[in-house]
Amino acid sequence: MSEKEENIETAEAEVAIAPPPEPTSDTKVQPKEPEPTAKEEPVIVIRGLCKSFNDHEVLRGVDLHVNKGENVVVLGKSGTGKSVLIKCLVGLEWPDSGTIEIFGQDISKLSYGDMNALRVRTGFLFQNAALYDSMTVRENLAFPLRQHKKNMTSERKEALIKEMLENVGLEDSIDQMPSRLSGGQSKRIGLARTLILRPEIMLYDEPTTGLDTGTSHEISELICRTKKKYNISSITITHDMPCAKMTADRIIMMKDGIVYAEGSYQDLERSTDEWVRSFFY
Amino acid sequence: MQPTLNRYQRTRLRVREKRSQWKESLYKAGDLTAFMLRFFREVVKPPYEWREIFYQCYLVGYRSTFLIGLTAFIMGAVLTIQSRPSMASFGAISLIPGMVSVAVIREIGPVITAIICAGKIGSRMGAELGSMRVTEQIDAMEVSAINPFHYLVVTRTLATTLMIPLLTIISDAVAFVGAYLAMNIHDSMTVRHFFQSAMEHLGFVDIVPAIIKTFFFGYVVGIIGCYKGFRARRGTESVGIAANSAVVAASLAVFIIDMLAAQITDLL
Repeated sequence: MSEKEENIETAEAEVAIAPPPEPTSDTKVQPKEPEPTAKEEPVIVIRGLCKSFNDHEVLRGVDLHVNKGENVVVLGKSGTGKSVLIKCLVGLEWPDSGTIEIFGQDISKLSYGDMNALRVRTGFLFQNAALYDSMTVRENLAFPLRQHKKNMTSERKEALIKEMLENVGLEDSIDQMPSRLSGGQSKRIGLARTLILRPEIMLYDEPTTGLDTGTSHEISELICRTKKKYNISSITITHDMPCAKMTADRIIMMKDGIVYAEGSYQDLERSTDEWVRSFFY
Repeated sequence: MQPTLNRYQRTRLRVREKRSQWKESLYKAGDLTAFMLRFFREVVKPPYEWREIFYQCYLVGYRSTFLIGLTAFIMGAVLTIQSRPSMASFGAISLIPGMVSVAVIREIGPVITAIICAGKIGSRMGAELGSMRVTEQIDAMEVSAINPFHYLVVTRTLATTLMIPLLTIISDAVAFVGAYLAMNIHDSMTVRHFFQSAMEHLGFVDIVPAIIKTFFFGYVVGIIGCYKGFRARRGTESVGIAANSAVVAASLAVFIIDMLAAQITDLL
C-alpha cells in the first residue's frame, strides 16, 4: 500500500478523500458519489461534469450537491476549474458531458426563456463585482428591477434599493459611480445588486480576492449574514482560508479537475493527507 | 533539441497552418454573419429599450453633429476651390454648383459621414463593449437574465442606422454652405442663384439611392463596432484591438456597400 493510500485510510471518518488522480488520462478517478439523505433537500446536483478547453481538461467528472440553506465552499489551487464549475451552473460555460440539476431541472434541457427564469433565482457575485461602470450605484441596482419587476412601482423600487444598500452598509454611496468605489465597496454593491432579485442560490466567485484582511472579514461576515437572513444556498469559490472557515458548512477540495476531498473545515484541518493539509498551514 | 525538418515536412507544416488560418477566417465570417442576422431577430422582440435607444441616438447623432458639420463645410469649400481652375479653363464656372451638388449628394456626403462615424462611433462601441466583456459586465447581464445582445447591440445598431442618414442630410446641407462661401471668394453669386443652379442638376436617382445607402452604412458601422467589442477576448489588449479592428472593418464595409450601391444605381 502506498504512503498516500495509507494517509487516506487513516484520515478522519467524516472526511471523504477521493483517490488522487493518476497521471494517465485513461484511468478516471471517481470522487465520492453525492448521497443526499431524506432530510436534506438538494437544490444543486452535479453529476460527472466534464469540461475541456481545446486539449486541456479542466473538469474531469465532478460530482457535487448543495442542500437548501447550505454554503459549500470550493477550495483548490488556481487552474483547477473552480470558476469554470460555477460558470457552468449559470450557463456562462457549457459542459462537455455530465448533468447539472438546479431545483430539479436539468439545465441542458432548458429553453433560453426557462434558463433565464432559473437565472433570476440564482445570483452570481463576480470576482471583480462587474458593476456597470456607466451607471451610478442606484442605477446598477435599479437595472435588474427594471428588467424583471416591471409591475413594481418606482417608490417600491427605491425602497428596495435603499434596503439592499443598508444591508451592505453603503447607503451613502447611492449616487456614486463605480469608479469612485474601493474594491471592498464594489463587492458589497455587487452583492446588493445580486440580492435585489431575492435569489435562492448564490454563487460567489472568489469574493475576498484582492482585499485586505479586514475587508475580507467584513465580506465573509456579509456572506454569513445574507445566508442567515434570506436562507440562501450558496457555493463559494475561494483561496482564502479565513473566509472558508467563517462561511463554510461543507468544504469541497478540487484537484486536477476532480473533487479530491470533502468535509467540514474542522474535519479537513485534521486530515493527514499532505495536499489537504497544505491549505491549512 | 528540435528535429530538423526537410523541405517536404516544412511545406506540409505551412500548408497545415494556412489551412487552419482559412478555417478560422471562414469561422469568423460565419460568426459575423450570424451576429448580423441575429440583429433582425432581436430588433422586433419586446421589451423595447426606448430609453437606451434615445440615449444612444443622442450620443451618435447630437454628439457627432459638430464634427460632421465642420468636416462637411471644409469638404464643400475645398471641392469648390479645387475644381474652380479647371472649370474656369473651360469657361464653365456656372456649372460648379451643379457639379458640387452631385458629388456631395451622391458620393462625398454619405461616404465621408459614414467613414467619420466608423472612426468616432464604431471605435467607441468596440472599445466600450470590449471593456464590458473584459470586466465581465456582459456576463453579469447574462447571469441576471438580461439579454445583453438585446440591450447593448440592438440599441446601438438601431441608433447608428437611424442617425447616420440624418447626419448625412446635415452634412450635405453644410457642405452646400461651404461651397457657396468658397464660390464667393473669387466670384459673386447670390444664394438663390447658387442653390437654383445646384438643384437643377439633381434628380431622383441622385437623392433617394444616396439616402437609402446611408441606412446600410449606419447598420454596418453599428453592428461591426458591437461585434468586435462583443467578441473581444479577455485582457486589456483586446479592448484596443476591438476598437481598432472595428474602425478598419466598418470603413471597409462602407466602401464595399458604396461600390454595390453605385452598381445598382447605375442600373436605374
